[in-house]
Amino acid sequence: MENAIERKSEEILRILEENARASEEEIAKMVGISAEEVRRIIQEFERRGVIKGYKAVIDWEKAGIESVKAVIDVKVSPERNAGYDAIAARIARFPEVKTVRLVSGEYDLSVLVEGKTMREVAYFVAAKIAPLEYVRETVTHFLLKTYKEDGILCTEEEEDKRLTISL
Amino acid sequence: MKEKESVKGLKRKISERVRRIKGSGIREFFDIAQRMEDVISLGVGEPDFTTPWSAREACIYALEKGYTSYTSNWGLLELRKAISDMLYKEIGVFYDPESEIIVTTGVSEAADIAIRAIVDPGDEVIVHEPSYVSYKPCTIFAGGSPVSVRTSVEEDFRLTADALEESISEKTKALVLNYPNNPTGAILRRKDLEEIADVVVEHDLIVISDEIYGKLTYEGKHVSIASLDDDLKERTILLNGFSKAHAMTGFRIGFAAANAEIIEAMMKIHQYVMLCAPTPAQIAALEAIRDENSVERMISEYNRRRKLMVAGLREIGLECFEPKGAFYAFPSIASTGMSSEEFARRLLFEERVVVVPGSVFGEAGEGFVRCAYALSQQKIREALARIESFLRRHSRKG
Repeated sequence: MENAIERKSEEILRILEENARASEEEIAKMVGISAEEVRRIIQEFERRGVIKGYKAVIDWEKAGIESVKAVIDVKVSPERNAGYDAIAARIARFPEVKTVRLVSGEYDLSVLVEGKTMREVAYFVAAKIAPLEYVRETVTHFLLKTYKEDGILCTEEEEDKRLTISL
Repeated sequence: MKEKESVKGLKRKISERVRRIKGSGIREFFDIAQRMEDVISLGVGEPDFTTPWSAREACIYALEKGYTSYTSNWGLLELRKAISDMLYKEIGVFYDPESEIIVTTGVSEAADIAIRAIVDPGDEVIVHEPSYVSYKPCTIFAGGSPVSVRTSVEEDFRLTADALEESISEKTKALVLNYPNNPTGAILRRKDLEEIADVVVEHDLIVISDEIYGKLTYEGKHVSIASLDDDLKERTILLNGFSKAHAMTGFRIGFAAANAEIIEAMMKIHQYVMLCAPTPAQIAALEAIRDENSVERMISEYNRRRKLMVAGLREIGLECFEPKGAFYAFPSIASTGMSSEEFARRLLFEERVVVVPGSVFGEAGEGFVRCAYALSQQKIREALARIESFLRRHSRKG
């Protein structure tokens, strides 16, 4: 019994990951349990933080609203005993910062920053990130074009090329 | 006039067997549906997923490298080895890649040469209905006589041992099995196969088992009749391919696995008629076999849509048998009082939704329509909404 519930719970997570707006009734149909059960499972996930939130994936360019994103590679001083967590947390507190990740390779932290213009983003990095204690170096990469975001293609929807009827 | 006479003359030149195949009146409906714009088509028989990129990429690379010449008639050995491994993993039967597997141009070719390899003029071939449209014509082309056996929704469209037994005569040579089934989505469990196997062995029949939808099984694992025991393995011609589970319909690539003598017989036809399956397609198929993740993802998504479609059809008032395989739902439209064709025609013109009348798949399909769920959840929802309006408008009074 335990396993069945776990599998269905995972199924619910996968459905929501694709479509956060799937209704409980629909999810219930797809998974094969009652809508109340679906609601209960989702609420539990939300409470535990397994589901952290729900977001729409927006193509701001199509909306006609200016938005600039940049990925900043941040090199951090390794000798401090504060560890990476503290400095990562500091950077993460800024609302302009959308993502902070510890990464392997030449740099230590990968930070995604969003602003209205390139100047705004560049200024933010120079004024708020670079001067932080323990930040040794930053390299800013502006995102020029997004082809795919979070599993969703941003290019024109591929048309259905199939024959209308095939037996 | 001279012109009319020559045309009449040509018709007489067409072979009697081919003339026996009735031109379907449904063709007109298909043509109209094909040309209409903005329809939601539940009439598709192929996946909406594009072939996994890894397979396409392998094919493109093959073309760039110039792998465009013939392969061995048998098909690339590497591919046959991969097929052998895959079959062993999936149905637990080992087929020797060098003598018991042949790569064909789609399962369609495999079915055709299987029938041609064993059917003599006058032989009967049993086909359970509702059935895919090719088996009976192929039998006729081979000079044989197809014998239809009805399956019913009450029995979950399973071919029963009794029905099979009743349809057998001294002329019966073979039985064509197609499970998971197109158009009903029905599957057979091990028990059902065992019962059929008893009858098959008693009458010493050959089984042609078209398992193209085998991977698309949503409850339990797909069981092949060839896996029951050695005897069944020897008398079964297993047909499968890459079109449905790997979304490679247009590549035209499939295979047959059987006892070496039967494969050799099929090879005789294949080598003269096809020579070999398309080389780039074989290379793509080899890559597709390795890409298990893509198949897993597709199956999960199909399963979700299956539940959505069946629950949706029932909710709007149509009785629908629960399909456990393939990607079709086969609801009954008897409650509308219309024939399958009439239902499909009216639905197309009034709501721009395409379904395939069950009658296309044999008399046993009359009163049903085939609704594919190989399309996005959104389109499924929209189609159901339109069918609901249609039903409300045409509900039988009283």
